[in-house]
Amino acid sequence: MTTNEDLYAGASEATDAPADRVFTVSGQDWDDIAAGLGEEGGDAQERVVVNMGPQHPSTHGVLRLILELEGETVTEARCGIGYLHTGIEKNMEYRSWVQGTTFCTRMDYLSPFFNEMTYVLGIERLLDIEDDIPEKASVMRVLLMELNRISSHLVCIATGGMEIGALTVMTIGFRERELVLDLFELITGLRMNHAFIRPGGVAQDLPPGALDEIRGFVALMKKRLPEYAALCNANPIFKARLEGVGHLDLEGCLALGLTGPIVRSTGYPWDLRKTSPYCGYETYDFDVQTWDTADSYGRFRVRLNEMWESLKIIEQAADRLARMEGEPVMVADKKIAWPSQLAIGSDGMGNSLDHIRQIMGESMEALIHHFKLVTEGFRVPAGQAYVPIESPRGELGAHVVSDGGTRPFRAHFRDPSFNNLQAMGVMSEGSMIADVIVAIASIDPVMGGVDR
Amino acid sequence: MTDEKKAAGPAPAVEQPAVEQSPENVPAPTGEVRPIGERHGMFGVKGTGDTSGYGGLVAPVVYPPAAERPYGGWFDVVADGLDPLIDSVVIHRGEITFHIAPDNLIAAAKLLRDDPKLRFELCAGVSGVHYPADTGRELHAVYSFLSMTFNRRIRVEVSVPDADPHLPSLCPVYPAVDWHEREAYDMFGIIFDGHPALTRILMPDDWPGFPQRKDYPLGGIPVEYKGGTIPPPDQRRSYS
Repeated sequence: MTTNEDLYAGASEATDAPADRVFTVSGQDWDDIAAGLGEEGGDAQERVVVNMGPQHPSTHGVLRLILELEGETVTEARCGIGYLHTGIEKNMEYRSWVQGTTFCTRMDYLSPFFNEMTYVLGIERLLDIEDDIPEKASVMRVLLMELNRISSHLVCIATGGMEIGALTVMTIGFRERELVLDLFELITGLRMNHAFIRPGGVAQDLPPGALDEIRGFVALMKKRLPEYAALCNANPIFKARLEGVGHLDLEGCLALGLTGPIVRSTGYPWDLRKTSPYCGYETYDFDVQTWDTADSYGRFRVRLNEMWESLKIIEQAADRLARMEGEPVMVADKKIAWPSQLAIGSDGMGNSLDHIRQIMGESMEALIHHFKLVTEGFRVPAGQAYVPIESPRGELGAHVVSDGGTRPFRAHFRDPSFNNLQAMGVMSEGSMIADVIVAIASIDPVMGGVDR
Repeated sequence: MTDEKKAAGPAPAVEQPAVEQSPENVPAPTGEVRPIGERHGMFGVKGTGDTSGYGGLVAPVVYPPAAERPYGGWFDVVADGLDPLIDSVVIHRGEITFHIAPDNLIAAAKLLRDDPKLRFELCAGVSGVHYPADTGRELHAVYSFLSMTFNRRIRVEVSVPDADPHLPSLCPVYPAVDWHEREAYDMFGIIFDGHPALTRILMPDDWPGFPQRKDYPLGGIPVEYKGGTIPPPDQRRSYS
């Protein structure tokens, strides 16, 4: 409905100028708005700037879109971000290097292990212990990252389906994601915010029975992934909504710095797991999935196929872990390795009682060591490192700067969602409003990562 | 001491290079070593008395020094392509950083993108870093460039003084840095001249100050829990 008093205009702005008039739209009231604009509105009757979000179910979290419309066609589209800015990077400068993982895991909340991984790889490069990381820790990292890739892609496909009205895709997507989260809970103790990948290795060894659960999950996913293909791949409604929408070719992708499934949907097989392998990805057998349509449909197919590849990697990692029982999961250097371990007690997971007994009752030196490492932390040689990894959304990298102290001097995350969201305008200008939603869903931005 | 006595003394010892005595005594690489801060004491204790005996220790914070040619591998190819525009090159942990003057930044970026021997198609973004003790070049902008053709990654670092924090915008060359530059402006106050719309991006439009600068407080309030009071994170005991 129209209001005469404009709460949003500045004091100096005349409320009777048509361009500055503000309407609160609640639906079914276009005629009132057109009448409110009156004759002097002129072009304004056809040209409207709509503020969509930040609280809108189909903008993927608190993303604000500013759309200039002509009828139902979008002539200009801009993003407003920052609604989820929490100052994680600044906060990390006031915590020790290990505590930093607890912060950065919360950034892109759909792919927590990737945030931890790129940060930890940067620290390990600065510490020069990249070659000392135990094999089992690397395999566990790969296993967790690939499980995480599946859960992240499932959310992308599920919410993307929901936004175009395919609610079954949403329900089955979250059904399968729950299985992955159960595995995370089994392995790390938490469904999200794990802080499990630590400088030097991982926090804990695999619990008993985890490999059987993982194998069961892989077997189940092999049955259930074809359901997505059956529901979507050749579905005429699904294809009509996705094909040709959000088109961006390779030149556009590179100019805008897009990576991940978006660039792979143009047919360019760029995947950091292959081009600059980390955590031993070069030793796993998997293919880089591409598509050649450079549109939302291609990105959907790339994600769907990548889940199959992730299953392949998970199987290989599980086979390796089966042969590594009892091997260390933390670097041997006692000056870096976290001293305590977790254990399940009668009241849930907590510090291992054996460790408490040792430091409190048996060894004074162990207590000092524990205290120093936990309160003070370790020092990282001065310098800077940037070790990007292939997150589900593209190149995720942490620019880690140390001044030789026990805390990060600066940790900046190059989040793929943040970068890729820049393409929203170019993907959706000239299309219908409904296509804007599809284009954004195909970018798969996670606002926790965008705003950090 | 007379000349006769000197001549009668023991023959001067043959100077033996320190490297040969023990291989770990490799001389530090030459080049500019510029301390950009100081570290006091040994355990980072502030406020309370330092009874360790190391309280008077003052050590400079030194970042990896400039490297000398040959840099090795493809590092030389990229360095050749950029040569007249480079101030210094740092190689640390297998990553190469080119320090470039702000005036040369646009030329270097064009070269990186267009030179067929370089072909850095992708600029991964800008990261600001604030070194308050690096007098005259407090604010650093760190760019990461990726050549997909040759699978190479380099870092370009540009520094500007706090008093005149102007850098040319790379937006015309690499449109990808649009939001990254806005973020660096938002957080550090680095002004990118030529940017199409250099406004705040993460903080509210009317926010005062630049939050990621080192002199900007973290904020927070003391929290009371079961009788004890825990100060905010930036006022807790620190060991850094």
